[in-house]
Amino acid sequence: MEYIPNILFLILLIAGTGFFVKNSKKIIRNIKLGHKVDASDHKKERWNNVIRIALGQSKMVVRPLAGILHIIVYVGFIIINIEVLEIIIDGLFGTHRIFSSLGSIYGFLIASFEILALLVLVSVSIFWLRRMVKRIPRFWSKEMTKWPKNDALYILYFEMVLMSLFLIMNAADTHFQAANSGNIISQFIAPLFSSIDTGTLHLIERSAWWIHIVGIFIFLNYLYYSKHLHILLAFPNVYYGSVQPKGKFKNLESVTNEVKLMMDPNVDPFATPAEGAEVPAKFGASDVLDLSRTQLLNAYTCTECGRCTSNCPANQTGKELSPRKIMMDTRDRLEEIGKNIDLNGEFKPDNKQLLDDYITREELWACTTCNACVEACPISIDPLSIIMDMRQYLVMEQSAAPNELNVSMTNIENNGAPWPYNQMDRLNWKDEK
Amino acid sequence: MSEALKVPTMAEFLAQGKQPEVLFWVGCAGSFDDRAKKITKAFVRLLNKANIDFAVLGAEESCTGDPAKRAGNEFLFQMQAMMNIQVLDGYEIKKIVTTCPHCFNTLKNEYPELGGNYEVMHHTQFLKDLLNEGRLKVEGRKYKGKRITYHDPCYLGRANSEYEAPRDLLRKLEVELIEMKRCKSNGLCCGAGGAQMFKDAEPGDKEIFVERTEEAMEVKPSIIATGCPFCNTMMTDGVKVKEKEGEVQVLDIAEMIINADEL
Repeated sequence: MEYIPNILFLILLIAGTGFFVKNSKKIIRNIKLGHKVDASDHKKERWNNVIRIALGQSKMVVRPLAGILHIIVYVGFIIINIEVLEIIIDGLFGTHRIFSSLGSIYGFLIASFEILALLVLVSVSIFWLRRMVKRIPRFWSKEMTKWPKNDALYILYFEMVLMSLFLIMNAADTHFQAANSGNIISQFIAPLFSSIDTGTLHLIERSAWWIHIVGIFIFLNYLYYSKHLHILLAFPNVYYGSVQPKGKFKNLESVTNEVKLMMDPNVDPFATPAEGAEVPAKFGASDVLDLSRTQLLNAYTCTECGRCTSNCPANQTGKELSPRKIMMDTRDRLEEIGKNIDLNGEFKPDNKQLLDDYITREELWACTTCNACVEACPISIDPLSIIMDMRQYLVMEQSAAPNELNVSMTNIENNGAPWPYNQMDRLNWKDEK
Repeated sequence: MSEALKVPTMAEFLAQGKQPEVLFWVGCAGSFDDRAKKITKAFVRLLNKANIDFAVLGAEESCTGDPAKRAGNEFLFQMQAMMNIQVLDGYEIKKIVTTCPHCFNTLKNEYPELGGNYEVMHHTQFLKDLLNEGRLKVEGRKYKGKRITYHDPCYLGRANSEYEAPRDLLRKLEVELIEMKRCKSNGLCCGAGGAQMFKDAEPGDKEIFVERTEEAMEVKPSIIATGCPFCNTMMTDGVKVKEKEGEVQVLDIAEMIINADEL
């Protein structure tokens, strides 16, 4: 009988991590539905970005208050997780605070965990106030209703509860309080329990311990359903992020081949394609399967913070476009396709696509390609590349550009300028008064 | 203004068996748009003044394809690019300067993958070098102490991280440079990029250029300086909408440098 808690813990550990691994595999499978990307270039710069942008949070502090609060939560999350290691060992082997044999080092560690736990609790509460009381506009835009709104709040509540449980667990641990080492915060909570008898106090301590670790496993598995995946995906996402100047838009190889053929005077225009010649690729993207793996990883990584949208000139002047929504739609559609595959073994066409069913043409045509969204993202997500791919589909596969643009493009084709001026007149300005 | 502009073409250079130091890529706006043509001429006058051995392509220049690419027409873009590369390579061009950040970005970043490799400079970078090398001097002090704000063109700033060259030039003019709330990497677009210049804006509650002009007005400048013919058009329109033409001018930095001598 005395091993029942250990066995229960083992089951919890296996179930918690097993379920997480299963869902992680789904995410990886879904991301791999996208086109392969070659990120073998600029290795040094990519690692630099990971260190600076992801680990170092350099872009978070562009908005100082949110940035600093976020760094506290981030550091707290990483450091306090050392404690989870002890919890797991204790849970499996029935020990109690196995690392306490480290003596004063242990006291120092726990003290720093406690301070961080309190700081995280405060930071997360300020996040909640910013969202719910100050009602910062980017948290209340159109796409932030229902699940996206609740998701954000659940994450904050989770963190509040987990940090509180950690402190209560320490405060209710009579041995730990008696040792008086590392209880830098919990010593102020302990007096609240002074009138409670030892048995009940032990029960409180055990309950806090169990709820805390169960909570951590629930949170781990909640990630898959939530925008909170960034705590893991931000790192690869930054690695795969662009290392080119933002103004450099990708070159479409498939078009290059065709243009070269067109411009080659030796090509027989009436030749039948060679046997087994590749079918020309679809130009641009109408659905998530036309996007690259980086773009799909971007979608899973997005935390819906809305910095992109709050910097978007189109969005700020009341247009439909919201770069954050582009990312959210991409993920939603990808999840839909993933579920379709789970159900049918392979993707069965569902008469839906990213274009029109999720992202409207009006949104796509509102973009000025100014790169403000790309610049604003703290973890190198690129909504603009998806907008551009979808424009390419509209123009090259559907000839569905707005009419004025068609006129401009015809001008470029005919007379080498977006306006109807004769190319021969390009130097007339020289002699004009 | 009286002296005639010296604007040799590449064809003329070739006929003489010579190669210019730099090719001035004028761009479509710079060639055809009445406002932008003034920027073109101002820059040419500076080139003449500094005795720069430059040439233009004239009738052999064609759209870089930037608006086509941003509109999603990769085909048209690449057709334009490859034709231009043939012309540029035919003349063995090594170095290009342009007054348009869109041409600048496309030539610099998007032509190499199609085989066109050149050293490409924006005119503010080029002018900065000329001043630093002492080949050109800012003589007049017309703008000394004037309140001037600089609007960052997206395709020079965020797209290519060039925020300082234009500001350095303004400092050389001894202006009182006042930054807008959103500037440099955080600068707000004028609304023209991504082929928006050639279409009506999508429905919304405000034009982007009005939003940007209002922001510029907040710092009460006498001049809004910029380095892009499209930004110039947008900001000029914004000043008109706000009925501030009497108080605020929109000028390219090249125009300011050449005007600085005229007191």
